[in-house]
Amino acid sequence: MKELINWIADPIRSFPIACALFYLMMKYYRVVGTKKFLYASLVFIIPVTIWFAADPNFFTILILPDNIPIIILLVLISFLTWFTLYKAAINDARLEEGLGPIEGTPENREKVWSWPNLVYTELFMIIAATSFLIVWAILFKAPLEEPANPTWAPNPAKAPWYFLGLQEMLVYFDPWMAGVVLPGVVVVGLIAIPYIDTNPKGNGYYTIAERPVAMWGFLFGWLVLWIYLIIVGTFLRGPNWTFYGPFEYWDFHKVVADYNVNLSEFLWIKWLNTAMPANMFIRETLGIILTLGYIIFLPPMSAATKYGKMMIEKVGMIRYYIFIVLLLLMMSLPIKMVLRWLFSLKYIIALPELELNL
Amino acid sequence: MSEARQSLNRREFFSYLTVGWVAFGAACAGMLSLAFRFSYPNVNFEPEMEFIAGTPDMYEEGVDERYKNGMGVWMVKQEGRLFALSNICTHLGCIPTWLPAELKFKCPCHGSGYYTSGINFEGPAPRPLERYKINLTAEGKIKVDKTKVYRWEKGEWDNPNSFLAV
Repeated sequence: MKELINWIADPIRSFPIACALFYLMMKYYRVVGTKKFLYASLVFIIPVTIWFAADPNFFTILILPDNIPIIILLVLISFLTWFTLYKAAINDARLEEGLGPIEGTPENREKVWSWPNLVYTELFMIIAATSFLIVWAILFKAPLEEPANPTWAPNPAKAPWYFLGLQEMLVYFDPWMAGVVLPGVVVVGLIAIPYIDTNPKGNGYYTIAERPVAMWGFLFGWLVLWIYLIIVGTFLRGPNWTFYGPFEYWDFHKVVADYNVNLSEFLWIKWLNTAMPANMFIRETLGIILTLGYIIFLPPMSAATKYGKMMIEKVGMIRYYIFIVLLLLMMSLPIKMVLRWLFSLKYIIALPELELNL
Repeated sequence: MSEARQSLNRREFFSYLTVGWVAFGAACAGMLSLAFRFSYPNVNFEPEMEFIAGTPDMYEEGVDERYKNGMGVWMVKQEGRLFALSNICTHLGCIPTWLPAELKFKCPCHGSGYYTSGINFEGPAPRPLERYKINLTAEGKIKVDKTKVYRWEKGEWDNPNSFLAV
């Protein structure tokens, strides 16, 4: 059983499973978003968690002081996701019957003053958070390590817990791409949401049926591409950033056969069976064509489809193209991950001479 | 009435203004230069950029870790060449570990792997490890100069300064 879970946890298998679970959750949110489902999953999850924690190897990782925020995060995220689905399921059932959302009923529309109601709550939360942090700092001491040495690194060298998703992303991309461009696009994209999304539906109340694209797209990026990667980076990456199953001992000498190949090497050496061309741009032609096609030709093609036309009519040309480009950039991460796992593909465009690799 | 109160004419006003602005600008520049100086460390613990790495007969075939922790250099003897390999991963600048059993350098941050020669073969590293300038002094000792790097993808590893024939 533990062997099986170790085997399943490998990102090659657990990523499609995470995607499938996400699909099922969003598809059947009216089943997931019930109190019955919450209690049933608690009955299932609590014994499983205890069983997981009973394993000495997993327990060692679990109680690392760095990992405790992630455990809190996982509990909170699971509950809040369920809560969203629960609220949305109630509202969507009401909307189908022609009633307004539950937040819009007269008894829920009662207004209160921000002073003192909000300010008092905020003050209380500040005090509570501060005392929580003080207790935490006393309970889990920061480890005092040896003086910093620029010629030595800990193994595994892990980022702070909230950046572990980013670090996991860096395994698949050039640092320039995964460290600067993609996080920048995430931040800019989040800022741009209010300007791209002019649909008034869903303002102030939970719904999935009325906002399918927004809910599916955002929750996929958040739960699968960010939270899942944090989990992998925290619990499943050990020394040398090698993958370890949850019950596996972090053996420093675990050997993983891994040989990554650039797309240009696939093209010239494997398929055409010739030497690599000396000119770097000719060498990378295929990758450049594919990347340009992905970013430049896919958006107009998607605009020509029935769905694209419908969206352009609703939001306008510019908003549609910005949305599609952001979506494509987000999807480039899972695409690259799957290519790496299936074909050991390193870079689609590999121009180390120009420090440009995609 | 108004003429009597006018103790400052236009020209004087502008000269005062100029003095004021110049003083203000000088003060700002002074503060900025202090801040700039503050951003540099008083004591530098970084390894020296140039060092003497013993004599060529000290090294056996393979990777020598003697100067790794102090100087950030692996001395590698391979196929009749002795070269100084940088210990900075070309992906994001972490410090890889030498794994003698697997005969490879492996980065603890994102899992990049390099052969003994420094050529990258696994993980996200886009290019091989860099080699440093290495030559013999008049006394027959090895001098490694980290200010000059030789990169494989630029075809610089055949440069006679990048290795010692042993």
